[in-house]
Amino acid sequence: MIEAYGLTKRYGAKTAVYNLSFQVRPGAVTGFLGPNGSGKSTTMRMILGLDEPTSGQVTVGGYNFRNLPNAPRQVGALLDAKAVHSGRNARNHLLSLAQLSGIPARRVDEVLGVVGLQEVGSKRSKGFSLGMGQRLGIAAALLGDPQVLLFDEPVNGLDPEGILWVRNLMKRLASEGRTVFVSSHLMSEMAQTADHLIVIGRGQMMADTSVDNFIAQNSVGFARVRTPDGEPEQREKLGAALAAAGGQVQPEEDGALRVTGVPLPQISDLAHGADVRLWELSPHQASLEEAYMRMTQGAVDYRSTADQRTGLQTPAGPPAGYGAPGGAPPYGAPGGAGYPPQQPQPQGQPQPQQYAPPQGWQAPPAQAAAPTTTAAPTPEDHR
Amino acid sequence: MIELEGLTKRYGEKVAVDHLTFSVRPGVVTGFLGPNGAGKSTTMRLLLGLDRPTAGDIRIDGRHYDQLRDPLNYIGALLEAKSVHGGRSAYNHLLCLAQSNGIPERRVPEVLDMVGLTAVAKKRPKGFSLGMGQRLGIAQALLGDPRIVMFDEPVNGLDPEGIHWVRTLMQQLAAEGRTVFVSSHLMSEMSLTAEHLVVIGQGKLMADTSMAAFIHENSRTYVRLRTPEPERLRNVLHTAGIPAVAVSDGSLEVENVAAARLGELAAEHRIVLHELSPQQASLEEAFMQLTAGSVEYHAHTTAEGPEARRGGQGWGQGWQEGR
Amino acid sequence: MAHTTRVLQSEWTKVRSVRSTLWTLFAAFIVTVGLSALICAFTNSGYDDFSAEEKATFDPTFISFAGMTLGQLAMIAFGVLVVANEYSTGMIRSSLSAVPQRGTFMACKLLVATALVLVVGMLTSFITFFVGQALLGDLGTSLGEPGVTRAVIGGGLYMTLITLFAMGVSFVLRSPLLAFGILMPFFFLISNILGSVSATRNVGHYLPDQAGSMIMSVVEGGMEGGDRPYGPWGGLLIMVGWVIAALIAGYLVLKKRDA
Repeated sequence: MIEAYGLTKRYGAKTAVYNLSFQVRPGAVTGFLGPNGSGKSTTMRMILGLDEPTSGQVTVGGYNFRNLPNAPRQVGALLDAKAVHSGRNARNHLLSLAQLSGIPARRVDEVLGVVGLQEVGSKRSKGFSLGMGQRLGIAAALLGDPQVLLFDEPVNGLDPEGILWVRNLMKRLASEGRTVFVSSHLMSEMAQTADHLIVIGRGQMMADTSVDNFIAQNSVGFARVRTPDGEPEQREKLGAALAAAGGQVQPEEDGALRVTGVPLPQISDLAHGADVRLWELSPHQASLEEAYMRMTQGAVDYRSTADQRTGLQTPAGPPAGYGAPGGAPPYGAPGGAGYPPQQPQPQGQPQPQQYAPPQGWQAPPAQAAAPTTTAAPTPEDHR
Repeated sequence: MIELEGLTKRYGEKVAVDHLTFSVRPGVVTGFLGPNGAGKSTTMRLLLGLDRPTAGDIRIDGRHYDQLRDPLNYIGALLEAKSVHGGRSAYNHLLCLAQSNGIPERRVPEVLDMVGLTAVAKKRPKGFSLGMGQRLGIAQALLGDPRIVMFDEPVNGLDPEGIHWVRTLMQQLAAEGRTVFVSSHLMSEMSLTAEHLVVIGQGKLMADTSMAAFIHENSRTYVRLRTPEPERLRNVLHTAGIPAVAVSDGSLEVENVAAARLGELAAEHRIVLHELSPQQASLEEAFMQLTAGSVEYHAHTTAEGPEARRGGQGWGQGWQEGR
Repeated sequence: MAHTTRVLQSEWTKVRSVRSTLWTLFAAFIVTVGLSALICAFTNSGYDDFSAEEKATFDPTFISFAGMTLGQLAMIAFGVLVVANEYSTGMIRSSLSAVPQRGTFMACKLLVATALVLVVGMLTSFITFFVGQALLGDLGTSLGEPGVTRAVIGGGLYMTLITLFAMGVSFVLRSPLLAFGILMPFFFLISNILGSVSATRNVGHYLPDQAGSMIMSVVEGGMEGGDRPYGPWGGLLIMVGWVIAALIAGYLVLKKRDA
């Protein structure tokens, strides 16, 4: 369990973290999201006692990290893969860490095996790829078999097999009742790993909620509906019925319909009523990325003035026609002037209809189906 | 257009790239996949003439790389490995490369603006974060406005906004008719970006196909059905000789039958369907399926190991108990 | 030709845009002039205590270049940094993908660095000479004396050649650490030891710096180690031989090896 109360950190005039209060509970993977410069790393550093909060406090298992008895056995962290002394071999690196906290040497070989580095344990980490460094960092975090684990961008540099492995590892650690706190920029990865989310922007709390809830609140899903090919009148009939029921219907390229504003069972009923046969009726939930982008719109540190959607001009040929600027969100100078009171540029805003306010039906499918299964026998019926 | 023919590279005993033959066509984003150590980076280095092939041939728009006069105007590359002098400002770094290829100086602030680095143009890349270095690399690739761009792990270190931007940029470049060749380990990212895939494992070509075909060939596809009358639906399916599997969340899964046929069947028997969705496996699953066995560093699947379950708490418990 | 001009321009941008590299040139100038001035001043005040033999072979031109033993190390550092830092920073990948014609790339890099070093070397050589002569007072000489102008111009050439040698070696070694580790002790210690110990003197005389520095001596026997089997120009030619060998080796490595 990690608990933060009114956590604030200022570096000179710049406020990196402001009044954060949250709990990271055991038994779940908690994702920690935020744009670059939003204060994620500072928060992680304060949790680990590397930085002292300006005000407020953060505790791990009820203790301030610096007062934590036998900290390496309680908390494991992967912060920066490059923090390994590169002249030392992997095994000795872990051994020295183990000796510091009285962990038996055989545990070193155990964790090397866990992360798949047993064969290169005697190689110096200088020759390690980013992915191998990352595995070594994870091994170090697991060394003390801690109850609380912090990972900062754990899949950086890993290959698909490694990514899958880290994802499963984190889930398993959580299922063993440990507290797992992970920061990442990879939304698709987070969507598959995390149960709970803490989102910060400009050092302030923006969301502390479950992944499902977060997506539901910050985006809109849609249904894809297909009617029999070669019978356009069926499609038109259904379209009209859906529009009459208050739904928004857009045709897709392949002839299917994209429907928002009508729950799936109702679409089914409407089709039935209009005597339309369905060839497809699939729910499409918005992605975590979409939800995240919508939420953090105003909180991105610096924003380019150029339209994000325009890019290079079509060139006439290689030597001719240099492209026009297509903007990327720019970086500010490191340690620069802080957060300018800057409004998000109107061009950067998504189209309103694309991110319409949440409609009724896009709750997770499992729940959406349950209340409507009236015909299905329920346990009560048998009693 | 990039063409490889029988490309082979040996480093001493080790064969890094083994008779690779494929071409990368313009107008689409081509993803380049493979486990660590499969030879992706070596292939990219060979493409840029940095390494000399042991055998075989590579042609960029029909010519060898070292026959290209001002190559940055033909092909721009973002390499995964660091390729910037940390003591030379971002602006000067791009300027010296531009000058060597006769690219006008005004192009330098243009690309810096494009990647959002204008504010740090005069700063030395020594102090750049991973994401900023990545943006500088992308600026370098775009410098000559080339017909071919090659990106090695482009989203490494970028935040979600940056990732979104790179994805859009690559699709845009392809839409403009350019050749876009991109390697990545992030399958979910690739599935959003690439249309075509080249997959290699242990230096050998394993697949050269469209994204859809790749997923189709290397994974299970099925249709998910949800209905208020699951028993009736199962009976109807059973009668039609279609095996259906009930899943814990109350839905049914049917393999190898088109969704359209299931829809017709349901309509015929007046069964209300609340979901009728063809499901496709993810690119990740398909990739894992194909490359199993060609992976260099295997992590233990500790979850199911015999010692893992000891004490019901997972590994590490053993020595803690023994204390 | 237009292509070569562009690459030259590019290499010039590279040289001028890295601070540490420019500092080494500045250091070469300051160290050479400063140390030479110091030695000339001491010589002037202690001349009366010199032995007759020492007085007979006293070479006021050569002594005003005394600081070059140390100053040349900064020049070597420049040569190493310009080349080997391309490898250590990974810049070489960008450079060679921009200019895949490796011969052109190397030639342009050498040409730009040589031009710059020649200017700095000549400037250093002339200034250290004039400062030295001024401090030597009555013991001093002037450009009008026979062989003196040759020696002063030779000083500039020597600095240029030693830098080129360092660049050639760096193209072979491809690592600044390795290049520094070999070149610095060699020119600071080993070459001097080999040249002073009688057993190895005959071999030592043919080392690049030993042979090359002959160009800066005017009075015969004025240099340490006495008689040499070659004259000033002969010595410089031996040094040029070394430089060409180093550059050819560097070219072959660049051409054959993977970047």
